[in-house]
Amino acid sequence: MCHDNLPLLEVDNLSVSFRMYDKAFEQRDLKVIQDLTITVNKGEILAVAGSSGSGKSLLAHAVLGLLPQNATVGGRIFYKGRPLDVENQRKLRGSEIALIPQSVTYLDPLMQVGKQARGADKSPKRLRRQREVFQRLNLTRQTEKLYPFQLSGGMARRVLFSTAIITDAELVIADEPTPGMHLDQALEALSILRELADKGKGIILITHDIDLALQFADKIAVFYAGTTVEELPVADFAKGPGALRHPYSKALWHALPQNDFMPIEGFQPYAGDLPEGCLFAPRCPLKTSECEAENPPMRKLRGGKVRCVHAS
Amino acid sequence: MKRKRLINISKAIGKYLFRVLTLLLATSVVAFVLASLSPIDPVQQYVMGAGAVSMEQREAISEYWGLNAPPTERYLNWLSAILRGDMGVSILYRQPVAYIIADRFINTFALMMTSWILSGIIGFTLGCIMGIWRGKWVDSIIKRVCLVLCSVPTFWLGLVFLLIFSVWLGWFPIGFSSPIGIADSDVSIWQRLYHLALPALTLSFISFANVAMHTRQKLVDVLESDYVLFARARGEDTWTIMKRHGFRNTLLPAITLQFASFAELFGGSVLAENVFSYPGLGSAVSAAGLNSDVPLLLGITLFSALFVFSGNFIANIIYGVVDPRIGEERPHGQAIGD
Ligand code: SF4
Repeated sequence: MCHDNLPLLEVDNLSVSFRMYDKAFEQRDLKVIQDLTITVNKGEILAVAGSSGSGKSLLAHAVLGLLPQNATVGGRIFYKGRPLDVENQRKLRGSEIALIPQSVTYLDPLMQVGKQARGADKSPKRLRRQREVFQRLNLTRQTEKLYPFQLSGGMARRVLFSTAIITDAELVIADEPTPGMHLDQALEALSILRELADKGKGIILITHDIDLALQFADKIAVFYAGTTVEELPVADFAKGPGALRHPYSKALWHALPQNDFMPIEGFQPYAGDLPEGCLFAPRCPLKTSECEAENPPMRKLRGGKVRCVHAS
Repeated sequence: MKRKRLINISKAIGKYLFRVLTLLLATSVVAFVLASLSPIDPVQQYVMGAGAVSMEQREAISEYWGLNAPPTERYLNWLSAILRGDMGVSILYRQPVAYIIADRFINTFALMMTSWILSGIIGFTLGCIMGIWRGKWVDSIIKRVCLVLCSVPTFWLGLVFLLIFSVWLGWFPIGFSSPIGIADSDVSIWQRLYHLALPALTLSFISFANVAMHTRQKLVDVLESDYVLFARARGEDTWTIMKRHGFRNTLLPAITLQFASFAELFGGSVLAENVFSYPGLGSAVSAAGLNSDVPLLLGITLFSALFVFSGNFIANIIYGVVDPRIGEERPHGQAIGD
C-alpha cells in the first residue's frame, strides 16, 4: 500500500459537545464544534483562522485526544489514512503528532525549562537537538536552567515552540504560537515551521493573525462558531474578496486593518444558542430562506471548499 | 542572583529569631499568670508528705522562695533565673527541671519522630493513590477512612490499639519505654523500638489523614493543570507524569505541612504517652499538672512552645530554599537575552 498521496490528517465532520449541568442539575449537551472539516497534506501549512470562541483550540485537543472527560466527540479523524482512535492517539502523541500550546501555564512551574523542552527523552541526542533549537530561537544557554517564572512572555513562547521542533513529529499543531513574541522572533518561528513543511511535514497553524499566516501558510481554513466555513488556497485571500467564496471570509477580509478595517456587524452565536441552518445566516447579507433549512454541506468550488448555498 | 538569595534567606532567619524571642516571652507571661492565678499553693505541695510543718516553717519557705513579693517581681526573678539557665527544681521529681526535660525529651523525640516519619510516608502515599485514581473506588474508600480517623480522639485509638495488639494479640508490650526490671544501660535499641512501636503507630494514625487529604487535593490540582495536559500531549504516561511533575509539585507542600503539624504531634503525644505509660515529656506534663508541679509545668510549656515554633520555622525555611520562586525576584526579560 502506498500512503503517499493520502492526506496526512483528515478531519471529517468533527463535532464536540460537553455534557453540562445547569442550575437545576439538568443535564444537557453543549455543542461547541460541529461539521468541522479540514485536510492537511504533507508539506503543507494549514492556517486555521477565526475569532476566539470559534473552536480553534478544541480542534487541537480533539485531534490529540486530550478533551476532558465530559466531552463527546463525533465525526471521523484520519491520520495517514487510518482512523485516529484513542489507542492510536495515545501512541502517536508526542512522537508523530506534536502540540505547541498557547500559554506559559503549559510549563511546569517547578522544572527548569531546558529539561521540559527535552521532555522525558534523556538521550544525548535529544540534548544536542534542544540546544540547537534554543540557539536557533535565540534562547541563550543560561535559559535552559531557568524556571518558567523567570522567563519573559516572549521567551516562554519560544520555549513552548521549541518543544515541538525538538521532536521529529510528522504533524505539528501550533496553537497560537506567536503572540507575545517580537515581530522578528515570530517571523523566525514561522519560518522554522515553513522549513518543516518543506521537509514534508504537515503543520496546522492556529492563529488569529491572518497577516502572518498569509506569509507562511499554503491554505487557510476559516472557522466560524465551531464549524469550517471555507478552506482556500492562501493566494485567494491575497487577491481579495472577489476570489473568496464565503460571505464570512469576505467580511474577515474587509475587517483587516490594511483593507477597509470595517468590523462585521453582529456577534458570533454562543454555543448554547446556535441558529437553525447556516450558522452565519443571522449576520449574512445574502441570506435566503434556503439557508435556514440546514447547515449547508461543504462543497468544492474553484479549487477550494465552501459551506454556503449561494457561494459562486 | 545566588548572593541575593543568600541575603534574602538570612534576612528571613533574622526575622524568625526575633519572632521566636517575642513568642517565648509572651508564652512565659501567659503561663506565669495562669500558674499564679491557679489555686495551687506551692508551699503546700512542697511540704506535702513531709509530716507536720509549722506555720512559721511555711512562712520561712515562702520567704525563701520569694513568694511574698508582688507578681511582677516574682515573674522577673523567675525570668532572670531562666535566662541564666536555671529552670528550677521539680517538686514532684525533686530533680532540676532542665534535667527532667532533657531526659524525657529523648523518649518523646524518638516517639514523635518515628510517628512523624511514619505518618508522612503513609499520608503522602495514600494521598498520591487517591489523587491518581480520583473519583474511583480506591479514592472514596481511603477518603472515608481518613475522614473517620480525623475525628477519632488519640486516647481512644490508643486504647483500641492497646486492646487489640497488646492484650489480645500480644504482639506489643503494654507500656513503658523499656522492659521492666532491666537497668537503663542494659536496654538494647531493639527493645526500645519494640516499646516505641505501638505508641508511635497510634500517634501517626491520628495525623496521616491530614497529610493524605492535603496531598490528594494538591495532586488533583496538579494532574488537572495545563502542564500535565501538555505532558500527556507529549506522550507521557501516568507514571512518567507522576515522576516528572506529580511528586515535584506535591512533595514540598506535604513536607511543609508535616513540619507545621508539630503542635498537633505534641498534643497527641501527651495523650498517647499517658495511655501507654510511656515516660516522655507528655506524661511528665500531665503529671506536673495533676500534682501542681509549677516549675516543671512552666518549663515544659516554654520548651514545647520552642519546639512547635522550630517546626514552623523549618517549614518556612524549606519552602524558601527548595521552591525556586521564593526568595528570588523575576529577572527582567531584558537582562537575559530578550
Ligand atoms: S448559506 Fe446563506 S446564510 Fe449561510 S453564508 Fe451562505 S448565503 Fe449566507
